[in-house]
Amino acid sequence: MTLQDVIDQLNLKVLTQPIDFSAVTPTSGYTSDLLSCVMAGARKGALWVTLQAHLNIVAVAALLEMSAVIITEDAQPDAATINKANEEGVTLLSTDKQSFEAVGRLWATGLR
Amino acid sequence: MGTGKEPRRIVTDADARNISRVEELSYELKIADVMARNIHTVTPDMQIVEVLDLFRRNRISGAPVISDGKMIGIISLEDLIRAMERGNGHARVRSYMTVDVITVHSYDSVVTALETFARTHVGRFPVIDETERLVGMLTKGDITSGTLKALQRDYQEEEVRRYRASHLFDDIVSDRTSLILRYQIKQGDFTRGGQASSYIKRALLRLGANAQLARRCGIAIYEAEMNLIIHTTNGGVIWVEIEPNQISMATIDDGPGIADVDLARKPGWSTATAEVREMGFGAGMGLKNIERCVDEMNIESKVGEGTRLDLKILLPPEDSFRETGQQ
Repeated sequence: MTLQDVIDQLNLKVLTQPIDFSAVTPTSGYTSDLLSCVMAGARKGALWVTLQAHLNIVAVAALLEMSAVIITEDAQPDAATINKANEEGVTLLSTDKQSFEAVGRLWATGLR
Repeated sequence: MGTGKEPRRIVTDADARNISRVEELSYELKIADVMARNIHTVTPDMQIVEVLDLFRRNRISGAPVISDGKMIGIISLEDLIRAMERGNGHARVRSYMTVDVITVHSYDSVVTALETFARTHVGRFPVIDETERLVGMLTKGDITSGTLKALQRDYQEEEVRRYRASHLFDDIVSDRTSLILRYQIKQGDFTRGGQASSYIKRALLRLGANAQLARRCGIAIYEAEMNLIIHTTNGGVIWVEIEPNQISMATIDDGPGIADVDLARKPGWSTATAEVREMGFGAGMGLKNIERCVDEMNIESKVGEGTRLDLKILLPPEDSFRETGQQ
């Protein structure tokens, strides 16, 4: 299951510069809006589902080398956040769904 | 250079010097390394306009035609244009597809594909594996971007090698050599939150640290850095000392100080404001996270004077920054 498959199946919007998403394979999933919990619980290569859309999610995703961040409920990161994500090579994706539904759909794809 | 079928040209030393890394890569890289894996296929009964829409939406210029799980042809943008010119937008794919499909093998090197491109003047090839299964598509663009990516990987590896401080620790003789990094952290500067920790993590990787170690340091320092940003009066300093066999880290600030250190260490305890919590901080997990990542943690704090957090990670011999004595 590549990131491209995830983007297609959940119909996600790509907020950062597109890369070859079919070359990225998320290895696990994680959801929380508390950054310290994410720091403690998310693994390398994880897909992170969160409602947070501010600049600091980029630092967390970069440090943990996540495969992408899915921002839910159409929360809109500002331009500085998107620029920073591009700089750090962090992929930001967006959905209008709530975290609950996004995670349910990810689980259904077989991601654990 | 030949394919093995034609007589091989003798390569002189002068020639050899001129063989670029790109040429080398065309032998090293396999088609599987550069091909597009995310392939869109069409059926023979689709209409030309539908395929046009598929191409436009996915920005592709050709797709294999699949019937009953088998590839029976390929249809390209040129085929679509041919159909549209004749006003046959509603014609079926089967009438305009190319049936003599030239394929390449995923396990062949990129140079084979380049030769096939030159020989056939075809724009794209379906890629099949050992079992003749369709596994990808290949255009010249895929080869270009694949080669560029490989060059970038080369470059990064070279960078890492060049900056390996293991050499530094081996070359410089002293009774105790260390490298000290210092970062000034401003109170309330959320826009740069995590920057120092990401610099430190990057520095450790350049020094040849393994990914796991760099990650542990990164997480510990991130939490400490955010504590300086969130909780201090005037910000503070992050200080990191890297030695071959240990990494010592400290954050030092001048206030407000922690009234009850034991309480502060309790998971779930936080004094963060509602505003800060809204950003996802203040879960009361910071010190717990730090403790989990390091071998030693010590907090000294006095209300009105400030806080000093000392952390240490001890490196087992196999993770040491010194290369002598191992390998």
